Amino acid sequence: MKGERYILMIYLDNSATTKPYPEVLETYRKVSEQYFANPSSLHSLGGKSEALLAQSRQQASSLIGVDPKEVIFTSGGTEGNNLAIKGAAFAYRNRGKHLITTDVEHASAHNAFHQLEELGFEVTYLPVDREGRVSFQDFQEAFRKDTILVSIMHVNNEVGTIQPVNQIGDFLKQYPTTVFHVDHVQGFTKVPLSLAKSGIDLCTISGHKIHGPKGTGLLYVRQGTMLSPLFSGGGQEAGHRSGTENLPGICAMVRAMRMTREKEEEGIAHLMQLRDRLFSGLSAIQDAVIHTPREGASPHIVNVSFRGIKSEVLVHALEKKSIYVSTKSACSSKDNGASTVLLGMGIPEDEAGQAIRISMAYENTMDELATFLDVLRQTVNDLKIVMR
Amino acid sequence: MIYDYLVVRFGEIAIKGKNKKKFVLKLEDDVREKLAEFSKLSIKRHFDDLEIQLNGEDTDRVIGRLQRIFGIQNISAAIKTENTLDAIKEGVLQVVRAEKDAKTFKIAARRKDKRFPIRSAELNQEIGGYVLKNNENMRVDVHHPDLKVRIEIGYYETRIYGREYQGAGGLPVGSSGKVMLMLSGGIDSPVAGYLIAKRGALIEAIHFQSPPYTSDRAKQKVIDLCRQIQSFGGRLKLHLVPFTKIQLAIRDVVPEDYRITIMRRFMFRIAEKAAERSKALALATGESLGQVASQTVESMNTINQVTNLPILRPLIAMDKLEISRIAKDIDTYEISIRPYEDCCTIFLPKAPRTRPDRIHAERFESHLDVDALVNEALEGIEQLTFTSGTDQAAFSELL
Repeated sequence: MKGERYILMIYLDNSATTKPYPEVLETYRKVSEQYFANPSSLHSLGGKSEALLAQSRQQASSLIGVDPKEVIFTSGGTEGNNLAIKGAAFAYRNRGKHLITTDVEHASAHNAFHQLEELGFEVTYLPVDREGRVSFQDFQEAFRKDTILVSIMHVNNEVGTIQPVNQIGDFLKQYPTTVFHVDHVQGFTKVPLSLAKSGIDLCTISGHKIHGPKGTGLLYVRQGTMLSPLFSGGGQEAGHRSGTENLPGICAMVRAMRMTREKEEEGIAHLMQLRDRLFSGLSAIQDAVIHTPREGASPHIVNVSFRGIKSEVLVHALEKKSIYVSTKSACSSKDNGASTVLLGMGIPEDEAGQAIRISMAYENTMDELATFLDVLRQTVNDLKIVMR
Repeated sequence: MIYDYLVVRFGEIAIKGKNKKKFVLKLEDDVREKLAEFSKLSIKRHFDDLEIQLNGEDTDRVIGRLQRIFGIQNISAAIKTENTLDAIKEGVLQVVRAEKDAKTFKIAARRKDKRFPIRSAELNQEIGGYVLKNNENMRVDVHHPDLKVRIEIGYYETRIYGREYQGAGGLPVGSSGKVMLMLSGGIDSPVAGYLIAKRGALIEAIHFQSPPYTSDRAKQKVIDLCRQIQSFGGRLKLHLVPFTKIQLAIRDVVPEDYRITIMRRFMFRIAEKAAERSKALALATGESLGQVASQTVESMNTINQVTNLPILRPLIAMDKLEISRIAKDIDTYEISIRPYEDCCTIFLPKAPRTRPDRIHAERFESHLDVDALVNEALEGIEQLTFTSGTDQAAFSELL
């Protein structure tokens, strides 16, 4: 790589995962060293771990504006979604068998619903429009007396579209027997969402999308909401999630939550500027088709196709210049075929197969984007000549 | 919200004669401390109330905080206008429109400045008429209005008050001297502490530990309870007494059915001494008549013998259900029901004596070196102080 122009890494795959903050790693190490005792142990060392866990829960809950009792620490977004969806469906199965979700959920939610279908639940998958958004009217029409669970992501992980979760939450306030779950993994610290009084009963957040360690996350469980646990065992996390608490991970994530929250206001404004720059830069490239809507989308994701260039080819070409973007969701990028989200939006299959996702973090700079856009323009041109 | 400021009215302290100034200053301190996070507020003290300029801070949140401070009777949101009829009319209309839930109203005008040309009764009619003309859905109800708009015409300006919010009542914490609360970790004693604090006492708490039979978690529970009681104002000092040695000594020489009685007598002796050191002039307990063996009249008589301090028992005539309800209101219930052993539960006899007497108690104690045991326990006391600022800093560098 010596002598190459683009040695500094430009990381634009922050929706897949983020780089942990150094302070977060320091917390992880210190807690692993100093508070290694099991919080459930009766001796004083365990007591210290338990107190630290309580303080972490306290801080996490105040950062998202809920009660400490409503925070369940999990291993991340996938577990949060599974626990919320299957846990609620099983807990309320005697009330009804109908569930509502969308066509564009993350695999961890989508496949959980498939599994529930096999177990005899009936699932309505709401379609999305050209912008990737479900319509409130469709939702209302799908809603039935025996709907026990509605699960909708806040921000789509592939195109960044914001779903009308506030409107749906308001509507569901009249139906206390329907549980409402929101997958907030991509939205957290990018698109503000208030949980208290929102009609939301369950909300999934992941640690590693906000510069925390992998294997961490939390599920907000509104007081009074029942969940059938996925893991049976020692009854940790108020019985919702057995297993010895991952204290270093929990503390590190809570620290990442605090640090990110502190930067949030400026960070979002900065992301919006970055996105504007991306939009104008991308539209200037020939044959670029931007799939992310200009309005009603998170500022950190831009999804774009370049006609005639398969996405995988472009991703690898860019990586040679130390620029990292992705094709689609990391959790489904190993499946063959085009993104189901883009297909759901009515984008033709060949164009969907040419899409890349650029996802930013607060740390990305205008300079990085300028370099990225230069390289991208050049790469797209080069590839066109080769592929013609 | 259209409101410019809040008026905080004092409860009983307004009738405390010459001591009133002291009470009001105390209350003002509490209010300033509780509202410290709202940096834009400005607080002014008047003879009969505190005036809090909101300057754009969230009215509902500020009122929520004020409702947790003892000594406040009620809180009104208000606006100020010039002393002209037109300005007053406009102001009243704004207030009425802001209180959207109200369907009926009443105007109650009062002239402090009698030079104002229109008399109160006429003013009520004039302004009421104006409101009716501009609000089709509103009706006047002079007996039970949803909204009573009070107008106070002063010498320089007019105050218009909208809805009135209930305060916590009681007296400012610290205005009634200091009381040593015997805090066990159960449901009752925190409630007793809260009620005593509500009457203006500054609380210190004393808790008896029996390590290694009781764990750090039982201690953490007491610490959490103290934080909760402290959240209603003032400063709270906790005395943690090492009690194991006394309990073991009692177990060795006292018949099983008298152990609780003797143990309680030791606790009161130690609490009395700790109170003297802290200049607390009374003890407080969460005892409720007849609730357990040590809370019968006979038990209290026998146990009370060891101290001359007044013992405040605010729960004495309350049922367990009433006590639990208050505990839930003040958020101590959930902490109290954590299942850790405390010093009272570990050496619990199977059948404690419900009617102990002083003669037996004295005879059993004659086998013990009471003074030495009490003094040793006093020497071993660990003190912790809770104020609003001292929230758990221990882990903050990690999080």
